[in-house]
Amino acid sequence: MKEELFVSGRNIPNIDPFLNIWHWEIPVYLFLGGLSAGIMFFAGLFMVMGKEKEMATTVKWSMFLVPVALVLGLFALFLDLKHQLYFWRLYTTIRIESPMSWGAWTLMFITPLSFIWVATYMKEAIPGWNWKFKLIDDLEAIAVKYRVHMAWAMMGLAIVLGVYTGILLSAFNARPLWNTSILGPLFLVSGMSTGLAAIMWMSKSHEERTILSKIDIALIGIELFLIIHLFMGFLAASEVQIEAAQLFLGGEFTVTFWVFVVILGLIIPAFLETLELFGFRIPIWIPSLLILVGGLIFRFVMVEAGQITRFLY
Amino acid sequence: MRYAMAVDTKKCVGCGDCVVACQTENNVPIGYCRDWIVENVNGSYPNVEIELRSERCNHCDNSPCVRCCPTGASHIVEGGIVMVTHNECIGCGACIQSCPYDARYSHPEGYVDKCTFCNHRLEKGQSTACVEVCPTTCLYFGDLDDPNSDVSRALKNRSWKVLAPEAGTKPQLFFLT
Repeated sequence: MKEELFVSGRNIPNIDPFLNIWHWEIPVYLFLGGLSAGIMFFAGLFMVMGKEKEMATTVKWSMFLVPVALVLGLFALFLDLKHQLYFWRLYTTIRIESPMSWGAWTLMFITPLSFIWVATYMKEAIPGWNWKFKLIDDLEAIAVKYRVHMAWAMMGLAIVLGVYTGILLSAFNARPLWNTSILGPLFLVSGMSTGLAAIMWMSKSHEERTILSKIDIALIGIELFLIIHLFMGFLAASEVQIEAAQLFLGGEFTVTFWVFVVILGLIIPAFLETLELFGFRIPIWIPSLLILVGGLIFRFVMVEAGQITRFLY
Repeated sequence: MRYAMAVDTKKCVGCGDCVVACQTENNVPIGYCRDWIVENVNGSYPNVEIELRSERCNHCDNSPCVRCCPTGASHIVEGGIVMVTHNECIGCGACIQSCPYDARYSHPEGYVDKCTFCNHRLEKGQSTACVEVCPTTCLYFGDLDDPNSDVSRALKNRSWKVLAPEAGTKPQLFFLT
């Protein structure tokens, strides 16, 4: 029997009895960041492929969600800071070894880019839209000319943003549940899937939805594959990671994770999308909502469970 | 120069003087502490073994908190001491997540705070507050590069361990066993 206690009575808020320094703000931000990355990646992809007309919702209209999601996500991040007045310190330096620094700088580029992208479609979205200043009209004309270049930049930055939402956690070697390189690709794929779910929900074109749901089914397949590998990796690793995996294999997060994330958030929507492809009529909001809620719960579970796990000594 | 500390687990009685001395010296807010005492009980009576450890920031050589800090507020000063510049810290909590020893906390004023090896006292040629008050003199502090320092001599004559070496942080807080 091994027992350990703080005889000095240490009971620091948010540190003891187990770490809980990151609350709802971080998973919400990770979700919105992943969602934005997903939408931006596919908007950029279909733009580059020259499918602007066929995939209008993907390339044009779903992108209107992105600036909103990114600003809300950034606001959540800001709320998480405990020394908020100094947030600008993020932008006085570049720290190559810090994932958070990478993320802050990626957001610095990707957020304005999403605003510019949306601005170039304002006239199409709202007939009679007028920028009022000639300078903005001129700038818009330049942006329209370079849409394909912007699309390439968006795809690249979206991948960095999507992977970063996972690396932010996986870089912490002190938290065994997070410390696995699978988290980067897993969060990227999950973010892309939530992005597709949002686009499909908005799209009115059956052809567009069919293409997107085929991609989504493939992404969900990859996600399930990565989740299985995540747990295989944990169970084959050291004791701290086996204990981390136990939180999901009989521990307190078992039901939340396997029922709400894996079954309701991945398997059932993929099944419904497959039925739809075979001609069954399924309201698109059902699989979309399930994927979005599943993605959000996934991030809450990972952030909360990861903080409980620690080294043993 | 490489500052380090050794804690004699055979001499420590767990009185908590080091904790109070630190809180007083460094104006640590009530309810928080930069060092603390852990009692590790192994086995059950009559075959029982108790280890008492006065723990604090390990001032690691490969410090994850310094690497993950997005602003550079966490940094290493001369002697290998890990410090936090308060007005560069944004309170994001990354360093708190990155520490395998849970040695950092969020100060009520927003920035992240932790043991400084009493750097302000070292600059005046004094030792750390916890070392000065320890009634059993179970804490040894000094420069590892100096073979005659208290800590070097303690490590030379005794067997010792560090906590969670598998975390790869190269901690500089040694426990004499």
